[in-house]
Amino acid sequence: MNTPIYLDYAATTPLDRRVISVMQPIFENLFGNPSSLHRFGQQAETVLEEARRSLAENLGAQPREIIFTSCGSESDNLALRGTALARRQSGGHNLIVISPIEHPAIQVTARQLAAQEGFEVKTLPVDHTGRIDLGRLEDYLQQNTALVSVMAANNEIGTLNPIREIGKLCHQRGIPFHSDAVQYGAHLPINVGELQVDLLSLGAHKFYGPKGVGLLYVRQGTPILPIQTGGSQEFGLRAATENVPLIAGMAKAYQLAREEYSQRSNHLLPLRDLIIEKVLAEIPDSQLTGGDLQNRLPNHTSFVFENLDGNLLVQVLDSEGFACSSGSACKTGDPAPSSVLTALGYTADWALGSLRVTLGKDTSPVDVDRFLDALPLCIQRAREAK
Amino acid sequence: MTTLPAGTRVVVGMSGGVDSSVAAALLKEEGCDVIGVMLRLWSDPGTQNRCCAPDAVVEARQIAGQLEIPFYVMDAKDAFYKGVVEPFINGYTQGITPNPCLRCNRLIRWEFLLSRARALGAEMIATGHYARIEKQPDGLVRLLKHPDQGKDQSYFLHVLTQAELGKTIFPLADLFKPEVRQLARDLALQVAERPDSQDLCFVGQGGNYRKFLRKEAPTAFKPGPILDPEGNQLGEHSGLAFYTIGQRKGLGISSEEPYYVIHKDPASNTLVIGHSVDLGRSEFSTRPVNWISGEAPVKPFHADIKIRYQSRSVPGLVTPLPGQGVKITLTEPLPDVTPGQAAVIYQDQVCLGGGEIRQEEL
Ligand SMILES: Cc1ncc(COP(=O)(O)O)c(C=O)c1O
Repeated sequence: MNTPIYLDYAATTPLDRRVISVMQPIFENLFGNPSSLHRFGQQAETVLEEARRSLAENLGAQPREIIFTSCGSESDNLALRGTALARRQSGGHNLIVISPIEHPAIQVTARQLAAQEGFEVKTLPVDHTGRIDLGRLEDYLQQNTALVSVMAANNEIGTLNPIREIGKLCHQRGIPFHSDAVQYGAHLPINVGELQVDLLSLGAHKFYGPKGVGLLYVRQGTPILPIQTGGSQEFGLRAATENVPLIAGMAKAYQLAREEYSQRSNHLLPLRDLIIEKVLAEIPDSQLTGGDLQNRLPNHTSFVFENLDGNLLVQVLDSEGFACSSGSACKTGDPAPSSVLTALGYTADWALGSLRVTLGKDTSPVDVDRFLDALPLCIQRAREAK
Repeated sequence: MTTLPAGTRVVVGMSGGVDSSVAAALLKEEGCDVIGVMLRLWSDPGTQNRCCAPDAVVEARQIAGQLEIPFYVMDAKDAFYKGVVEPFINGYTQGITPNPCLRCNRLIRWEFLLSRARALGAEMIATGHYARIEKQPDGLVRLLKHPDQGKDQSYFLHVLTQAELGKTIFPLADLFKPEVRQLARDLALQVAERPDSQDLCFVGQGGNYRKFLRKEAPTAFKPGPILDPEGNQLGEHSGLAFYTIGQRKGLGISSEEPYYVIHKDPASNTLVIGHSVDLGRSEFSTRPVNWISGEAPVKPFHADIKIRYQSRSVPGLVTPLPGQGVKITLTEPLPDVTPGQAAVIYQDQVCLGGGEIRQEEL
């Protein structure tokens, strides 16, 4: 087997060396608590606030609108729980509106808010690629809508949503709008004003930053309550001593993403399109899932293959040195069709055979060629075993 | 141990236990390209299958990590249900006492695993079983007992074919259990010392298969008459599934001389009991028989017969019958010849094959 090739950048990305260089001295020398009065604390606070300023600037936001969290999931939780509860408290709003292709961090949270807090949850209609049907959105923007949450880009099928248009409609009715941009932000520039979002989630490890840190953008004036209470860090929205090195690493990683978006996309798009073209042409009974080439993350390809165990395909590919993922895969060998594909109407004999191949800035054309050379046989072997 | 070219890809069925972990470690040490696989088996809803319980998965994954080999859990639930659980339920409905481990070995741990191994580009599989495979000059393989007679598992492997054994490695073929444990310690493998269990793996904690069967095979739990060999009714039984051949306790019939279960007749739902003189059987038939050599003998021959994993083998005459079966005549009667269990045929160290003890001959 050759050196394994990593094709799962939607799951996570390796740390950029330039990010490590920023974090290393902070880990080593800057241990102070940013809340402390003394100079140790002040030094740490300086680094923390510089990171906040830099991220705010790169997002078109104010520094005090940036809330640091531990990950994308936590940002989603804070947005959904914090705003739903605040909206109910202030105005009795009781309806949470989400899309059917949200990350579990949103879906499961909404379900729990329904079960334990008595919220009503409604799911927006989408087309077969997972894009929101804007024409029908207004039906869901009701008197009692507490907030709307629609992801900017889907992790499993790469679909981009018309965030700006959704935001505009929400704003006309004064309804807070959250978008999970954990995948989107890794590939496409964000300006929170243009995107018309009130809340937006990011996670650093999707853009070559460290794991264990994320942020939630909260537009000034958006109703929100803390879900983790304690000290008054993060403007009272998230109690915890800040993880300064990781936060500085995230700021650096986002700065680099910002500077290199177009360069990275120019590198990724032809590789992405080549994979989509070849797979559909060469693999019998295959379909592209999610967004078309215009409405799709630049690094993202995803497919379903009829009559194939996606879990097994990922294992076969791994044994041949290609690290990919599948929406139905699960490390405990207990596959279930992905809820996203099921929501889009795929039957189990297709949905169980999903494959996601996501590229990154370090993916070379040779890597892609090798993958495309190996895939047909891997699929054939997985199908024969079924 | 083996004579595989370096880099040969081998799939090892891993359980997280000491035997399969050491098997994987030995192959890795030999230079094989080892892939660890655990099969996800069906279990009664709401219970965990012991062979792939979450703890076992974590342990096996941890061992694989220590050995720096890839490890995959593969879904075999449907194949296991259809191939093992359903026949188990049906067997009880028909009044026999099936041994699901035998079907599991044949259909799941070999046939299914080999198909997955092929998909992973591996020609060979390996397990932590205690048995030996010997390649002969003519290219055929023989299945031999393990030198550690107390651990020998060839009884469970008599269901395998030339094609399957030819693609199998038993890395523990020459090792005694204490040596295997020592190897695990030497390699600092964090293996779990789980006691060997004879319980059914798919009915939840404690292997309470009667509770499971009550739900799945209700007709096996219908009360019916208890008769003596002459046909006199002595009492009522609470369902044939509660009884096995040779059982003495729990019959609820008082008598100076103890009674034993000697026969179960599902057609009339009767349980026949008798005294020890009525109990033993020395003649029964077995069908179909799997001959490991791939060729059925035509003439009668003497052999040693084992009718349960735990029981000692007994000499007997094996007479081929038309249509894949044999008649077995033991030199001494055994009290627990049980339809559904396997009679396995040995000559000295060699396991020739075996088959299921039939119901109708009793
Ligand atoms: C769209 C989306 N939302 C949320 C998350 C959760 O992010 P994290 O793993 O940082 O909690 C992920 C990543 O898995 C994601 O892709």
